[in-house]
Amino acid sequence: FLGRHLNYLDSRTIYVGHRSGSPNEAIIPPKFCDNRIVSSKYTVWNFLPKNLFEQFRRIANFYFLIIFLVQVIVDTPTSPVTSGLPLFFVITVTAIKQGYEDWLRHKADNEVNKYPVTVLEDGRRIRKESEKIKVGDVVEVEEDETFPCDLILLQSSRDDDTCFVTTASLDGESNHKTHYTVPDTERDLESLNATIECEQPQPDLYKFVGRMHIYTNNQEPAVRSLGPENLLLKGATLKNTQKICGVAVYTGMETKMALNYQGKSQKRSAVEKSINAFLLVYLCILVSKALVCTTLKYVWQSKPGQDEPWYNEKTQREKDTNLYIKMFTDFLSFMVLFNFIIPVSMYVTVEMQKFLGSFFITWDKDFFDPEIKEGALVNTSDLNEELGQVEYVFTDKTGTLTQNNMEFIECCIDGFQYKYRDASSELDGFCVTDGPVNKLQQKAGREREELFLRALCLCHTVQVKESTEQSQGQGDGLTDQVDGLGVDGEVVPPPEEQRGFIASSPDEVALVKGAMRYGFTFLGLESKTMKILNRNNDVEMYELLHVLNFDPVRRRMSVIVRSRSGDTLLFCKGADSSIFPRVRQEEVERIRMHVERNATEGYRTLCVAYKHLSAEEYAQADKGLREARLALQDREEKLMAVYNQVETGMSLIGATAVEDRLQEEAAETMEALQGAGIKIWVLTGDKMETAKSTCYACRLFQRNTELLELTVRTLEDGGRRREERLHELLIEYHKKAVQDAPPVKAGVTRSWSSANQDYGFIIDGATLSMVLNTSSESNSSRYKNLFLQICQNCTTVLCCRMAPLQKAQIVKMVKNSKGSPITLSIGDGANDVSMILEAHVGIGIKGKEGRQAVRNSDYAIPKLKHLKKLLLAHGHLYYVRIAHLVQYFFYKNLCFILPQFLYQFFCGYSQQPLYDAAYLTMYNICFTSMPILAYSLLEQHICIEILLDNATLYREIAKNAMLRWGPFLYWTLLGVFHGLLFFFGVRYLFSNPALQDNGQVFGNWSYGTIVFTVLVFTVTLKLALDTRHWTWINHFVIWGSLAFYVFFSFFWGGIIWPFLRQQRLYFVFANMLSSVSAWLVIILLILLSLLPEILLVVFRKPRGPHARQVELKHTYTA
Amino acid sequence: MMASSYNAKDEDGHITVSGPGGGTLRSKKPENTAFKQQRLPAWQPILTAGTVLPAFFIIGLIFIPIGIGLYVTSNNIKEFEVTLYDMSGPHQNPFRNCNNVFMYYGLSNFYQNHRRYVKSRDDSQLNGDLESLMKPSKECEPYAYHENKPIAPCGAIANSMFNDTLELFYNDPNGTKIQIPMTATGIAWWTDKHVKFRNPTDNANLTAVFQGTTKPVNWRRPVYELDTDPQNNGFINEDFIVWMRTAALPTFRKLYRIIPKKNSMVPTLLRGNYTLEVVYNYPVRSFEGRKRMILSTISWMGGKNPFLGIAYITVGSVCFFLGVVLLIIHHKYGNRNNSADIAN
Repeated sequence: FLGRHLNYLDSRTIYVGHRSGSPNEAIIPPKFCDNRIVSSKYTVWNFLPKNLFEQFRRIANFYFLIIFLVQVIVDTPTSPVTSGLPLFFVITVTAIKQGYEDWLRHKADNEVNKYPVTVLEDGRRIRKESEKIKVGDVVEVEEDETFPCDLILLQSSRDDDTCFVTTASLDGESNHKTHYTVPDTERDLESLNATIECEQPQPDLYKFVGRMHIYTNNQEPAVRSLGPENLLLKGATLKNTQKICGVAVYTGMETKMALNYQGKSQKRSAVEKSINAFLLVYLCILVSKALVCTTLKYVWQSKPGQDEPWYNEKTQREKDTNLYIKMFTDFLSFMVLFNFIIPVSMYVTVEMQKFLGSFFITWDKDFFDPEIKEGALVNTSDLNEELGQVEYVFTDKTGTLTQNNMEFIECCIDGFQYKYRDASSELDGFCVTDGPVNKLQQKAGREREELFLRALCLCHTVQVKESTEQSQGQGDGLTDQVDGLGVDGEVVPPPEEQRGFIASSPDEVALVKGAMRYGFTFLGLESKTMKILNRNNDVEMYELLHVLNFDPVRRRMSVIVRSRSGDTLLFCKGADSSIFPRVRQEEVERIRMHVERNATEGYRTLCVAYKHLSAEEYAQADKGLREARLALQDREEKLMAVYNQVETGMSLIGATAVEDRLQEEAAETMEALQGAGIKIWVLTGDKMETAKSTCYACRLFQRNTELLELTVRTLEDGGRRREERLHELLIEYHKKAVQDAPPVKAGVTRSWSSANQDYGFIIDGATLSMVLNTSSESNSSRYKNLFLQICQNCTTVLCCRMAPLQKAQIVKMVKNSKGSPITLSIGDGANDVSMILEAHVGIGIKGKEGRQAVRNSDYAIPKLKHLKKLLLAHGHLYYVRIAHLVQYFFYKNLCFILPQFLYQFFCGYSQQPLYDAAYLTMYNICFTSMPILAYSLLEQHICIEILLDNATLYREIAKNAMLRWGPFLYWTLLGVFHGLLFFFGVRYLFSNPALQDNGQVFGNWSYGTIVFTVLVFTVTLKLALDTRHWTWINHFVIWGSLAFYVFFSFFWGGIIWPFLRQQRLYFVFANMLSSVSAWLVIILLILLSLLPEILLVVFRKPRGPHARQVELKHTYTA
Repeated sequence: MMASSYNAKDEDGHITVSGPGGGTLRSKKPENTAFKQQRLPAWQPILTAGTVLPAFFIIGLIFIPIGIGLYVTSNNIKEFEVTLYDMSGPHQNPFRNCNNVFMYYGLSNFYQNHRRYVKSRDDSQLNGDLESLMKPSKECEPYAYHENKPIAPCGAIANSMFNDTLELFYNDPNGTKIQIPMTATGIAWWTDKHVKFRNPTDNANLTAVFQGTTKPVNWRRPVYELDTDPQNNGFINEDFIVWMRTAALPTFRKLYRIIPKKNSMVPTLLRGNYTLEVVYNYPVRSFEGRKRMILSTISWMGGKNPFLGIAYITVGSVCFFLGVVLLIIHHKYGNRNNSADIAN
């Protein structure tokens, strides 16, 4: 497709080395952005205003600011310090934290931007800072350096005009990829006079179209087309090549890597959204309370003699104030009086709970991995509870589900099975092997065997790692494909064979190494000659004529070699589905069985075929290949046609099975997650077959799972236009999976027993972009909906061949779909970063592929298996804890403030506080804060083992179950009930205020103190009733805060405080305690408020888990 | 953290920005303590009908007697109330016991708990602070200064002190009126009288101490002439202290006098007719208030108030009733449910 789609309006022209293309054309230097990367948010100058703005955008902060201002301006019942100090504290701490984070980002940016690079200018090599690279500069990069910007490869130090690159930090593929220089460019870059036309920057890592015009001595410019194989991406690392030169085409924020990066936006948990919603409700309650009071106040005052009786005159200033201003300030005063209903302390407590709570994740020894000697890491503590709400898990495959560590398992030659490991007798009947091949090869005929092994040795693009690099290769983290031999320990190879292999696919390495075990060693490729050491320790030489590259559509690759004897052979290996139609059918049946068995066991299978090419055949193929390679138009299509033509009529030799070992307990983890009602999507850049087999191995696809496939292959099957086919398939699958499916029972997303058909959905990157970006606008949203609906009815969705950004797109799409489910992304490579950032919760695995994922994640764990405990135990508990915390906080403040509101009806709506200022301030800070904090850190309503054993328990809290309007209403009503009870209970007691046995009377502060005492005790005991897990800390804190309340009240009322203007509480508490009636009413009210709660507990039958817990306890005691 | 991601060199040494743990816990095996592993030994109470049922019965059994006791006690308290519109005529004495009888005055529709009113006092002045005596707090406005002299005691509360005098006379059948001796000692909280309220100096000559201040506008006499007894004069006058303890509700009563018992054999107030003489100073009409005089005996639970007794009886009975209902439910359905659960 190269060149054809190049739209000249959307392209950029680059002058290589800033030399004008044709001599008679002047350069108009086009403006491109510089090579600077900016990920920081603030500068020194805008930090304060911008940060404050950001902070006060939070509804709560803004609200407290308003309250504070009101207290400053208006004469209010409480002093501005009560709300100003906490607010100032919270704002300052947050600003310092964010400033520090941004400073770190600045540092990281600088490190990249100031990194020294070498630029060739007019033949000289100039060291420059990376940020100063301009588009058109010729940049030199040495081995193991990362490319500072996107480059077109002009020159390589390797003879074959290639260079090797790993893109581990870009797409997570840690293998070495081969890139090519632009064909036929001058060796001498200084005299190279060329322009490059290419498309405008776009994020797809695997797409690039451009053309290069090379001007030589006034001749007609030569045109070379450029493809992704010529483009070196920023962030990739040069490997195995001494140095390269390239011309910068995209710089800075326009590089593909930067475009693939997505800003780390502030993640907010669903709980926080619920809090905000509740907050709005409480704000409404607050405002309406204030409005009611203000209105009633003026109604009440309109009666003569009420406003200003003789005993209570106003000051002159009050008299002078305008009525409307008075009304307004009254309203504000009421707001301030009732503002305790939304306490700053809730935010502080929630933050503390999150911060302290996340320590339990880092402390958990189950997350400790002895291999890397690390435990879990918490980067954001804001999302703890979100771990208990996950509905979709998006997982990377390579390195996450699998270990990315290929191992040759077995092969089958002519239908006979060869298993390398000591064969066990469980193998199927028709051939029993009992040892390595060198002992018993006599099954398929020696000749076939050797042919097969030769095929394995020849049909690949593996390179032998040069011994010079051996020393520094290890520990790099990126060379994990470059495994030395003999890692297995089963074979101890001769010392001289201890070499590594480099390949673009780890499978190939595994195959070459597999062949080596059977006695055929690939020695390397030297100037188009492949050398093989055969069983007899003879070196065989083959001339490599052509490599017919692998591509995901053909799904096979071939080589054409010529042996010493002059035979021209074509060896081909590829997926069964692509090989079987191209070989003789009678050979297929013998092998198919093995392949299928291997595939269901989760191995990656490849079939190997060969073909003798006659001289004419070869000549024809050779001509076709050369022509196609040089074609400017439709190069790939032409190549494909030739490939297809050559790879026919082959004969099948055998098949191989390679295992990409799964991570420990991958299958169990996935099963547990599915049991928890979580849908699992596998998003991988890998091939479909591989990904599919991994899914089978992880039991994400079961044997009876019906796979709905929507890939390039299925789209091309029909032979019609892709769009039509897409439409057709989507409708068909939708009918199958959505319309015909029996309605899902509520709460049960996956039925285990019933005969319900499970569906698995497979889509690849290309098709996905078709679905998402269909040409017609109307279709696009419709397709998207169809797609989503299908996916939502599938137990597992597999998306393969995904670009990093596409992964994020998928996550985003699901995230924004109906019901906005909570998503979690887990991955280990830099290619997962975008989806980790996009999902509600991003989990990084401390894998082999660097630390980008870990650094961008919210939580990092050493292994996939830890996800189970993280979600099922920690997530569940955190959610329950914080949900209870939030509800409890709103409840306790409602019943705190409601009596104060009711008191206004009895004090002439004068904003008289019911409680003393000390009580008002201390209520949330001291008296009732510690028990709920301890609860929200320690509560285990179900113990951890049971949570882990019963994944289904996770469903009980799904969809924010504890913070929906139902529970909120319940808690609110409870708060109202308690508030009414407290106030009116004491009110009726005070109908005769002579409450002491010496006839003395109680005043208004005694009234407030009695209400407050009842309140503190009730609220604390209510929490005690809810606590299911009483550790000594809970005991200490609950009884401790009650004791503290009593102690404080004595203390506060026991001294004449010189700094207080009024000694309101002087001996009020002690006098209260000397009154029997006060005691009796306190006990009565506490008991009465808790009665419904106790009743509910009894009537609520212990459901499954609790009952099981009881049983368990019985068994423990027994 | 985008920029750092291109750079392989800072990969491992990088500081993790936020959240706990960070670099410090790296490559250190987490400690295997019960607390850190969330395995602290814990008591896990499970409330079931079995545990709650006895509690209900016990609560019922305790509350009902208490309630009955409270109710009876409250009913035994004799209370006698007169609305003071004008000079009172003779009244029948309902008191026949030998305990102290307490005389209260009551006001209604008097907002002692109005915010402007409640804060209109200067506690440090009342505590004998000389500086505050001459410079009353701003809170006392507009009752802080009068004719440029500081008011002592300042503020609206002090200014509006109840100043009727109530006197009780026994109408002897032979026609003479015998005044009932009443004491004002012990009507205020002990701590208020002895600590919170203090005259500026212990100097006996209060007149000199209050030199330079003026009396509250509504008062007839200055504060140092409230009583002849020096222990009950000035700020430590008990009537004054009682008044200064602001009432919780707009209808309230305050202790005025105690009629002490003579001895255990003779009733405190003899059977017969009594006359209440009121020196009517205190205006209540303007705010549609009412004045009352209450004579009451006092029990261990204080004055007469049937609320507590009724509430206790009600709650106790409800608990008992619920206990019975729960027992029936538990007995009838509980076993079946349990077996069903186990079967599951």
